[in-house]
Amino acid sequence: MIPANFNYHKVSSVNEAIALSQKLGEEAKYMSGGHSLLPMMKLRFATPEHIIDISKIEGLSYIKEEGDLLKIGAMTTQTEMEHNALLKEKYPILGDAIWLTADPSVRNVGTIGGNIAHGDAANDQPALMLAMRATVVAEGTDGTKSIPIDEFFHGFYMTALEPSDVLIEIQIPKAKKSSGGAYVKIERKVGDYATAGVAVHIELDDSGVCQQIGIGLTNVSAVPMRLERGEEILRGQKVTDDLIAQVGQVASEDCEPESDLRGSEAYKRSIVNTITKRMLNKALERARQ
Amino acid sequence: MFKCKTSPEVGGMGHSVKRKEDARFLHGKGNYVDDVKLPGQLTMVLVRSPYAYAKIKGINKEKALAIPGVLAVITGYDLKEFNLHWMPTLLSDTQMVLPTDTVMHQSQEVCAVIATDRYIAVDGAEAVEVDYEPMKALVDPWKALDADAPLLRPDKEGQKDNQIYHWERGEREKTDAAIAAADVVVKERIYLPRIHVASIETCGCVASYDKDTQKMLVYMTSQAPHAIRTILALVAGHVGLSEEKIRIIAQDIGGGFGGKVPVYPGYVIAIAASFLIGKPVKWIEDRSENLVNGFARDYHMDCELAATKDGKIQAFKVSTLADHGYTDSSANPSKYPTGMFSICTGSYDYEHAFAELDAVYTNKAPGGVAYRCSFRVTEAVHAIERMVDKLAAKIGKDPAQLRFENFIKKEQFPYESPLGWSYDSGDYKQTLEKAMDMIGYDDYKKEQAEKRAQGKLMGIGICTFTEVVGAGPSKDFDILGIAMFDSAEIRVHPTGKALARFGTKTQGQGHETTYAQILAEELGIPYTDIQIEDGDTDTAPYGLGTYGSRSTPTAAAAAAMAARKLRAKGKKIAAHLLEVSEDDIDWEVGKYFVKGAPEKCKTIQEVAFAAYTNFPAGMEPGFEATHYYDPPNMTFPNGAYICVVEVEEETGAIDVKRFVAIDDCGNIINPMIVEGQVHGGLTQGIAPAMYEGIVYDDEGNVLNGTLMDYLVPTAVESPHWETGHTITPSPHHPLGAKGVAESPTVGAPPAIANAIIDALSPLGIEHLDIPITPAKVWEAIQVAKAKA
Repeated sequence: MIPANFNYHKVSSVNEAIALSQKLGEEAKYMSGGHSLLPMMKLRFATPEHIIDISKIEGLSYIKEEGDLLKIGAMTTQTEMEHNALLKEKYPILGDAIWLTADPSVRNVGTIGGNIAHGDAANDQPALMLAMRATVVAEGTDGTKSIPIDEFFHGFYMTALEPSDVLIEIQIPKAKKSSGGAYVKIERKVGDYATAGVAVHIELDDSGVCQQIGIGLTNVSAVPMRLERGEEILRGQKVTDDLIAQVGQVASEDCEPESDLRGSEAYKRSIVNTITKRMLNKALERARQ
Repeated sequence: MFKCKTSPEVGGMGHSVKRKEDARFLHGKGNYVDDVKLPGQLTMVLVRSPYAYAKIKGINKEKALAIPGVLAVITGYDLKEFNLHWMPTLLSDTQMVLPTDTVMHQSQEVCAVIATDRYIAVDGAEAVEVDYEPMKALVDPWKALDADAPLLRPDKEGQKDNQIYHWERGEREKTDAAIAAADVVVKERIYLPRIHVASIETCGCVASYDKDTQKMLVYMTSQAPHAIRTILALVAGHVGLSEEKIRIIAQDIGGGFGGKVPVYPGYVIAIAASFLIGKPVKWIEDRSENLVNGFARDYHMDCELAATKDGKIQAFKVSTLADHGYTDSSANPSKYPTGMFSICTGSYDYEHAFAELDAVYTNKAPGGVAYRCSFRVTEAVHAIERMVDKLAAKIGKDPAQLRFENFIKKEQFPYESPLGWSYDSGDYKQTLEKAMDMIGYDDYKKEQAEKRAQGKLMGIGICTFTEVVGAGPSKDFDILGIAMFDSAEIRVHPTGKALARFGTKTQGQGHETTYAQILAEELGIPYTDIQIEDGDTDTAPYGLGTYGSRSTPTAAAAAAMAARKLRAKGKKIAAHLLEVSEDDIDWEVGKYFVKGAPEKCKTIQEVAFAAYTNFPAGMEPGFEATHYYDPPNMTFPNGAYICVVEVEEETGAIDVKRFVAIDDCGNIINPMIVEGQVHGGLTQGIAPAMYEGIVYDDEGNVLNGTLMDYLVPTAVESPHWETGHTITPSPHHPLGAKGVAESPTVGAPPAIANAIIDALSPLGIEHLDIPITPAKVWEAIQVAKAKA
């Protein structure tokens, strides 16, 4: 439970971080909260030569609506999000997820940016970002770039970020009237990674027709997964129980779970079906409020 | 109910006084083994095997030794020079301290790295190059007995197969005949998987050998420091460790639960290293080392319960296969290789029973730790309580009613069980009635009928267990020949305050408070004036330690007996002071008085002062007493637990709605502490029932060797525990008390399993092994539906 030797560097600005990362090369890793990376280092699954501590960079911790966007600074901790009045009122899906993520001591330190940038399909936030159609803003050697969430997750622990890129901000389309989202995960005990998780974000028009829908799945695929076929069933349709059941079925078919200690593949597919339906109903209920 | 004899200020038995030890724990001032920091202290880290079964072709120390700060790499060959590479287990088997040629389970100790600090030691362990030649591991215990199974222990003379021993108790023929002739027989193979004790503090020690005084001082997380001292003297006497030169100090312990009874190889290596180097050597397990090595349970039990068609139980038979890993390192009394498993006939009155057990070797970690279950009682109770429910389901009788009709009756005590125990006391009927009243059993039965009519799954589970604790009477109970008595030594100072020392070792039980309360009860000295010490073999009287709920049955009895010796002496002193004959002196808590003239009296404090200042001519001065208590029998705490669950058919999710636990542990020393122990034990009961179990793959790898995957339940998973008591005092214990700490861990799993299986019974599901997880329930439902 002791990491291999590494060199520790603390930086105070994004530019300093990028410059240092460039200088140190591929064996350098950024760390903010450290709650994904440090356990892997302690188990010696990850043995970076250099850790660049970006947690003291100021100005990257905020939650605000600007124009059409909700903007969350990458360094905002999960606890800050959990207690934020704006998120509680207008984006309850984030609270759903954070309440189910690890435990308070982890959430006090773990950041939204880290949760996403880790590129782990078992983390909760990737499914939410997929459902909410987020954009990831990063800064790197070639300036600022905005990466649509669909292009962000590349593989197991792999993302669109270049080694020197620092994740700066998460941008989410501002909540519209008659929109709602919800997230749940089935876990074996509190603080566990998901056996399966489903995030749903839905927008209705005045007649109750689904204008926009996003569905993201947690820990039932190697890469965080968006349920596009399920979304297509609902987009432009008046949502009925029958359609919801169809989406649940599609979710159970399209997810790619593996049998492990959390349960068999068949069990996970069944769970995904059930909670997809439940989250669609919960999101609808919130959208109609 | 128990009536307090003392005032709250004196705080004798029955008072829920706050725990004296808590201030230091709450203020972060507990003193655990990893807090020990001695000058010049070195750190030891173990290299462990990634394979379950492999030849060791070579160990290259060079790269490790090249790291600055790494001082030594100790291998089995190094220990072999001193004939310390093997050690005996408590049950006459042998265990490697470090291997010379073969590793027998994943995570087995392969060699030890000694360095100037832990960081360097871990790097050193990483740098040791071990050349393994993996072999096909024997993981399935059923295959271990196959004729063509590889012989795992050729090192043992005369060992021709993988069977360690066969054990049996009871009458095979009569039991078989009764089963053959019975109206109804229910059968089940019940498996209790390996579980892990999960103490917050892992195991560890600091061994410090002083070459000048030749004293070996060992700080150790031990539940039985005296036994450890004697074992060390027996194991290492040939290299010069003589018992009077060994001092074991067990300080505060962050949870034991049985896992800190055994001697682990790491202890022996650290002690050997300190002996050779002459410097203190610290060894502390990390979490995964603690998780993967050492286990409890792992019994496969084939059960048959026979009854008349009305449900009168006639016979019980259980044939068990016990997977002990590569060596039998069970921490059991010597004459009880299967612990107290023969309590498996339960709380019921019938004539015929037979229990047999075959223990086998496999390529798994050794263990057989009695995890909070007084030696295999959990397995025994699970077997009978599941089978009683299965019988009830089979004949369509309410499981509570079936129990009432079969209970041993109050007037039958002492009751001679078919497998040889003499149950001391109990009132099973009253205890179950109390539990049923408290939970509202009849209302739940109605609700269940309504829910079932709506297609919903709701279950009610009962467990009415009998425990057997307090090992034990010297005629039967010993560890390596040492009788399992325990001891108390009281010194009352001239000012009437006292110091008392014990052969047991507290590790969360609250002995610093409860033992003081017993002395307060017996002597009338306020419990706040009595200091309790244990765990230091140089100062505490000899005793076998704390495990198996034995402290109250043994050491607490010793405390009462020693106090009564003091009271007898005090009476003589009081007579002397009051200038009357001893026969004219009476006692009430805290003072001696002249019969018929209560105003003429001397307090215990005045008498204590006189014992040092003004004692009768010819009397030995001082006010001290020691007692070694050899219990005449075990105590038999019992209880009735009822659990109500709802199961969601679609997902298998299990919701424990209610859990009522009524315990009968005789007279209670501190109700608050007992309630705390019951809450903790119930949580450690829901753990194996629904969450915990060590999982091996076909190669013998542990798949859940971290707390991320080994699911220790938290407060969130714990239902609201509702507790209560009936009291039938133990007739043979000086305080009428019985052990209690393990009852809830024993009683909760069958109650929960019975409830879940009852919920699933409309689908045709008759049994599930624990842990019963939502995933397991879901799979069972799919199978049941496919059949239907």
